[in-house]
Amino acid sequence: MSAVFGWLFVAAMAAVPVVFPDPYVLSVLTSAGIFIIGAISLNLLLGYTGQLSLGHAAFFGLGAYASALVSLGFDIGIGFGLRLRLDPQPVFVGFLAGIAVAGAFGWLLGRLAFRVRGAYFVVITICFAQVLRMVALNWVELTQGPMALIGIPPASLWLPGQGVVPLYTKPQSFWLVLGVGTLAFLLVRQVVQSRIGRALVALRENETLARSVGIRVTHYLVIATVLSAGIAGAAGSLFAHYVRIIDPDVFLFIYTVTMVIMVITGGKGTLWGPVVGGLIFGLMPDLLRGSAPPEAQWIAYGVLMILLVMFLPRGIVPAVAGLLPARRRPAPAIAAMVEPAP
Amino acid sequence: MLRLEGIEVGYGRVAALRGVSLEVRQGELVSLIGANGAGKSTTLKTISGLMKPSAGSITWDGQPITGLSPREILRRGIAHCPEGRRVFPHLTVRENLAMGALLRHDKAGIAEDLEAMYARFPRLRERAAQAAGTLSGGEQQMLAIARALMSRPRLVMFDEPSLGLAPNLVEQVFEIVQEVRRQGLMVLMVEQNALAALSLCDRAYLLETGRVVRSGTGAELMASSDVREAYLGGRAFAA
Repeated sequence: MSAVFGWLFVAAMAAVPVVFPDPYVLSVLTSAGIFIIGAISLNLLLGYTGQLSLGHAAFFGLGAYASALVSLGFDIGIGFGLRLRLDPQPVFVGFLAGIAVAGAFGWLLGRLAFRVRGAYFVVITICFAQVLRMVALNWVELTQGPMALIGIPPASLWLPGQGVVPLYTKPQSFWLVLGVGTLAFLLVRQVVQSRIGRALVALRENETLARSVGIRVTHYLVIATVLSAGIAGAAGSLFAHYVRIIDPDVFLFIYTVTMVIMVITGGKGTLWGPVVGGLIFGLMPDLLRGSAPPEAQWIAYGVLMILLVMFLPRGIVPAVAGLLPARRRPAPAIAAMVEPAP
Repeated sequence: MLRLEGIEVGYGRVAALRGVSLEVRQGELVSLIGANGAGKSTTLKTISGLMKPSAGSITWDGQPITGLSPREILRRGIAHCPEGRRVFPHLTVRENLAMGALLRHDKAGIAEDLEAMYARFPRLRERAAQAAGTLSGGEQQMLAIARALMSRPRLVMFDEPSLGLAPNLVEQVFEIVQEVRRQGLMVLMVEQNALAALSLCDRAYLLETGRVVRSGTGAELMASSDVREAYLGGRAFAA
């Protein structure tokens, strides 16, 4: 999809709070947007390296907790009679901390988990998210456990002339998510079109061949994981300061599954896939809410998912792109396949 | 010169190579022949660092290279065209060729070599911007060979370069292999087509169940009765 279309989409989205200043619509779009950022980050891993991480909610949750704790401050014992204390910091510091902590854990998980592939890798990532959920549940002194972290301050922005402005209103939160989402999209685009991206695609397609041409496979997988985790951490941080209360359920498997579904139905390994899939699966539950009872909704949700996977196995974006006239594909492409070789 | 001494490799607890020793000398084209599962591909993978030997040593120009990473080994001038899918199907032809030069930083030299490859394989120039997966089997093989040469290796290892190709293409591939050797590169080739492999090469090794059971010039191996029986159509169930 062309850049023009992309910027039109961003502009249209940015106009929504002006055209429909309906707080319900905005809150639905804002939470969908947060999950789309999560899906964009997952796509870097699942779509471009082909590694299925079923622990992606871990990075989301880490970003949420790190950001919330830094902006709330904490004072905890860390054994041997020592205490670790942090005074409340501005929210943007928390935001950066969320990205950094999630990225650091991404590095750690990548270093450990990429010793194995396939099912073993998937199991390690699931365990990773589960362990973090257990930590969040039980380290009550730091996380308040199941009592949840409450009173998380809203996101804030430094504006010239006005200083630090808290973003309380729905349109402000929405624009913030849109802005971060656009940055995440552009970052992922930059990465996949770079030398790193080509290395990732190469190792996804044929790892043995990739190693034989000298690609440091683990090195690139770890880079992808750190970037992916950092972006997911940013999404988690947005979530924490938007909802303003978080509990250990942010590590739940269902959040990972939601992001996986968004990526796969939209089209993994395409830049727009997670956006399209995220819009559909982020908005549909709320669009159906008025017209169908919850049971029927879940059935509709399930049926749509099955149909999409059956009829568009590569996802919506590749299927739609296949229908459009191929402008950049030179005509001889077909000839090459039918013509006898020299 | 490449020298393997007593190389042992296993897949898990299954031994694939049980003490393989061989040499490729300056300017030589050496063939490895043998039945399926004899350890030919494993030998190449071990040389290129894709597999780690549990015993034995590999030396290259007198330096030990045993256990180095594929990247390090490629950097020292040994390129490997692995068996199976030979190209990155979703990268373009040009990107595939660039992958071959991944470890090089001499931009001018890379551009020069790219031009040389296009001149040698005009098909690749025509298809430069096309996904490699849309090429025919023969074109993909040419691309794989060109990619290996893009690293400017001193030794190239080809794994089954003729596998799955139509007879006229097989001939073409073997011509290219000889051309590569004539340019002064060392070649180590694994080939099922023993007759072709033996008639092309300077020397050959016959592998059976992970051991070298016979070695000599191509003509010597072709003349030996067990090679004739097992690999040159002397027996009905020959590979």
